[in-house]
Amino acid sequence: MKILVCIAQVPDTTTKITFTPDKKAFNAQGVQFIINPYDEIALTRALELKESLGGTVTVINVGQANTEPNLRKALAIGADDAIRVNAEPTDAYFVAFQITEVVKKNQYDVILTGKESIDYNGGQVPMMLGELLGIPSVSVATKLDIIGTTATLEREIDGGKEVIESKLPFVAGAQKGMSEPRIPNMRGIMTARTKPLVVVEPSACDLLSSSVRYDLPPAKGECKMIDSNNVGELVNLLHTEAKAI
Amino acid sequence: MSVLIFAESWDGKFKKSTYEAISYGSEIAKQVGGNVTAVVIGNVSDEDMKSLGKYGAQKVLSVKNDKLNSLNPSAFASAIAQAAQKENAKVVIVSYTYSGRSVAGRVAVKLKGGLVAGATSLPSSTSPFTIRKKCFSGKGLTDVTVSSDVKVIGLTPNSFHINSGSGDASIESFSPTFADTDFNSSSKETKKTSGKIALTEAEIVVSAGRGLKGPENWGMVEQLAELLGAATACSKPVADVGWRPHHEHVGQTGITIGPNLYIAIGISGAIQHLAGVSSSKVMVVINIDKEAPFFKAANYGICGDAFEVVPKLIEEVKKFKSAH
Repeated sequence: MKILVCIAQVPDTTTKITFTPDKKAFNAQGVQFIINPYDEIALTRALELKESLGGTVTVINVGQANTEPNLRKALAIGADDAIRVNAEPTDAYFVAFQITEVVKKNQYDVILTGKESIDYNGGQVPMMLGELLGIPSVSVATKLDIIGTTATLEREIDGGKEVIESKLPFVAGAQKGMSEPRIPNMRGIMTARTKPLVVVEPSACDLLSSSVRYDLPPAKGECKMIDSNNVGELVNLLHTEAKAI
Repeated sequence: MSVLIFAESWDGKFKKSTYEAISYGSEIAKQVGGNVTAVVIGNVSDEDMKSLGKYGAQKVLSVKNDKLNSLNPSAFASAIAQAAQKENAKVVIVSYTYSGRSVAGRVAVKLKGGLVAGATSLPSSTSPFTIRKKCFSGKGLTDVTVSSDVKVIGLTPNSFHINSGSGDASIESFSPTFADTDFNSSSKETKKTSGKIALTEAEIVVSAGRGLKGPENWGMVEQLAELLGAATACSKPVADVGWRPHHEHVGQTGITIGPNLYIAIGISGAIQHLAGVSSSKVMVVINIDKEAPFFKAANYGICGDAFEVVPKLIEEVKKFKSAH
């Protein structure tokens, strides 16, 4: 079983988000970058599958050299090798296109990503990969099991869950529930240093979209405090003032 | 030239988000010109399909095929992309629900169109075609410019109003072609979270956190939610310790929601939680700690013990409901 896990690098979840004064970019100064939390879930499930079914787990990232510490972390958690496509990830299509080029050369049985990255929240890389490769794609998958050449997945739908059966190969975006992320141990950290990390150059790709401006959400007004002995006033305000009930 | 909307249905019925998407699409058609066509996949009644005219659709392309009674992202995307080509649509819109998320990227690739995944408003400009969306899990906003000929938009549910007018849409039967590989995956079973309102679609959400001290105390949360016709949610720590199921966890690494009213009980308001709920239109916070950061983000706050405040609130809502 050859498994590929796609990893994005994102600001740590506790980051206070700010933008550059010209509003054209995210202000990365002093920000700690981590493996996208959903991608860690995907990685852990990939390692569990490898442990039960045999095979290899490769991690791939489309990014500049500053993502390598996080690729090394993925190797420390247990991936066998890493690939970095040396390019700035401009939009979901660009990322999916670059990964597709690598997959065409290497062929994987299973491709996992997180359900979305916590920076752009598009959640479209797994779907685009599925389309570019002509294979099934499952978004927001909370379970994944493989028996023979058939995978059984559970995905979230509005108001419930759906069980999906898919042939291999397929791509799925991992959501909480699929696995519990692991912390790298000392042995993992030591061996990660010598595991292969291959850098490949990007292929030419059309630019379809780009983020041209960033803003912070508008500030909320003052919070209106209501006395805990006068809860009726809250219901009244929600009806007459906020028109929410 | 036209605008095409994927009119999502579930169990043969349209969703509220479908009407939002069609209202949104017809506003865009006013900006860019052209007709408004909806594509419906599955068995929806003619009457319901005609009714899409009320929201601005002039025509409905109806795709009925026994293999498409449940969502298959690959086949659905084929059908939507072919409908777009048939109508010469330059703007294609899907609701950014779980189903919409499953097809949007595939449709975009098929049409070589740039995608705005999770748009929250109308284009601020049509040349260049620019739409605002949230980023950094609600901690930021970004303007995305789409430079391709075809534009694909995933519209965030609850972010656009429904325009309701009159008129019927015409119905045209449409039979797209499918590849065998479109059916390499299939739905085996759906498990509905029984009788409850879907969290992502709910207009009101009642949520609780560690302040409730234990799973046995959720009865009052559920009762309040039921009275308000609301969905229930929870904070991350509560889902992590197993007091509530993971699918109720809202926040940066859980579900992102934007209801009209969000009531947070015993949730302190960590930055990761706020990221998932910051697009709620009105936020009420009930917390015993007056320093809880959530009060800074809220519209209305009550500082008090949840075990005293919530039962009082339930009584007041009962009184309100019987009077209105």
